[in-house]
Amino acid sequence: MNNLAEKYPREIEQILAKYPPEHKRAAVMPLLYLAQREGNFVTKQDMEEIGELLEITATEVASIVGFYSLYYDQSSGKYRVQVCTDLPCAMRGAEEFLHKLCENLGIRVGETTPDGLVKVEEVMCLAGCDHAPMFQVQDGNGLTYHENQTVESALELINGLRAREGKK
Amino acid sequence: MAEYILLRHREISDIDQLEVYRQYAGYEAFQKAVSSMQPQEVTEMVKASGLRGRGGAGFPTGLKWSFIDAHNRPHYVVANADESEPGTFKDREIMERNPFQFLEGVALCAYAIGAQAAYIYLRGEFWQIAASLDRKIAELHSAGLLGDNLFGSNYSLRIYTHLGAGAYICGEETAMLESIEGKLGQPRLRPPFPPSYGLFGKPTVVNNVETLSSVPMIIAKGVSWYRSFGTEKSTGTKIFSLSGCINRPGNYELPLGTTFRELIFEHGGGIPGGRQIKAIMAAGASSSLIVADDKALDTPMDYESVPSVGGSLGSASVIVVDDSISIPWLINKTMHFFRHESCGKCTPCREGTFWMMHLTDRIQAGQASIEDVDLLHEVANQVKGKCLCALGDFSTEAVSSGIERFRADFDQQVIAREHLEALSPTD
Repeated sequence: MNNLAEKYPREIEQILAKYPPEHKRAAVMPLLYLAQREGNFVTKQDMEEIGELLEITATEVASIVGFYSLYYDQSSGKYRVQVCTDLPCAMRGAEEFLHKLCENLGIRVGETTPDGLVKVEEVMCLAGCDHAPMFQVQDGNGLTYHENQTVESALELINGLRAREGKK
Repeated sequence: MAEYILLRHREISDIDQLEVYRQYAGYEAFQKAVSSMQPQEVTEMVKASGLRGRGGAGFPTGLKWSFIDAHNRPHYVVANADESEPGTFKDREIMERNPFQFLEGVALCAYAIGAQAAYIYLRGEFWQIAASLDRKIAELHSAGLLGDNLFGSNYSLRIYTHLGAGAYICGEETAMLESIEGKLGQPRLRPPFPPSYGLFGKPTVVNNVETLSSVPMIIAKGVSWYRSFGTEKSTGTKIFSLSGCINRPGNYELPLGTTFRELIFEHGGGIPGGRQIKAIMAAGASSSLIVADDKALDTPMDYESVPSVGGSLGSASVIVVDDSISIPWLINKTMHFFRHESCGKCTPCREGTFWMMHLTDRIQAGQASIEDVDLLHEVANQVKGKCLCALGDFSTEAVSSGIERFRADFDQQVIAREHLEALSPTD
């Protein structure tokens, strides 16, 4: 039984329709995002099922997960707060912003908050250099940008995420 | 700037709505092309316009289109929306604010090269932009501007978005093709080039978002109109992404050939805190460090002139460096970036970025000797020219030029270490 195929038949059909049928391996990246939707990470079983759908091995699928930064093979934080500290952002205080944010959350850079909800990471350029400090939030449903941030506005956002989860 | 060619939303704020875009002659160029022009005529116009690739390489766009292998079909267009160079944020503004002009550019390119399918490869972080483009593409289908038998002709076209997942290397055109095919984003050996062997092994044109977005206005308003902007060899306008130590960071659309001084001091409002400008990186983190003296500041920003002051225009992502910035710190930042983004295929890049990063870590930490600086320079020289794609070379640009042109900054880091040793001999 292929759980992904059972759960997302319409989505999978739409994804496969984008590529020539003889090149369906091209669907591996969108299918990985689909598999990540629920837990913000990909399980071994997901990789096997994607391999089965595309007629490639689970190892080949795993190589894609390993190569690209936005796929994860482990659960760590339902929300990933990814702060850009690359050169142009660093020139506008992004490193200090990141460290103060982590200090306020009581974690170190790269760690997840004790409630298991928010992981704060340092990432490479996000094409928001003119609105630093900035970060993106990644969850299973995609990514959203937050620009011209202060530690206060970032904490407010994170508290909002926590409140939303609390209600569930 | 009297007239916008690309950032037209700054004058027409709701140009991201299809009906508004069409009120301002949107899709007339595409309709004219499909209804009354041969595909080759479109390519010839783009050739005559002098438009050059805006992603960084500056290759003549029409010439690239003319290389497409007519005997091998189907053909594909791939729009490069991977925008990942530190300091570059122009394609994002086009796609967010003036998306239909970009999509019309994709369509014109597809018609010119006889492609019936086009893929827009967006970096994974542009998730929201991809979702928005998907909605715009659906609108175009409903309006009869995409799909089968367009304008009563036998020409059909579909446009698809494809999201990357966080890999700078996928901005390199052959790595991008591999990535769409569902493989690791690693560059291919060239030749063959994509116009003969591209996506799924078929003839393909890969163009940057800004390049494609320039095309509708060229077809609509003509070659001589377009050539009235810019210089003889660098025609048209370009979006300059201005960032770093600058009062007003942002995108500025200006004619090619505008001086650094005008961009930085007139448009960008100069350097904050009364500090002095020290260096300019004209092409993002992949730049050499140009010493910001009067000669450099008065240099026109076009493809021919920037090399005369030891840089290159690239994607025109101008990072301004002021005198509060230490060059060892700066190259440590760029090396962390390239170390992370090296795809690992070519040994000189994979190993070179690793060792350069560690050397810059040591220098930055004040734990390096003067020999380490020379070793760093040597490693950079060993990487240059030895890799399949430009990433390896890019990683050395700031390192080599930093050591050659700002040696005093490095000597200071080394001297600081000797002081440190004197203070704590046990260390």
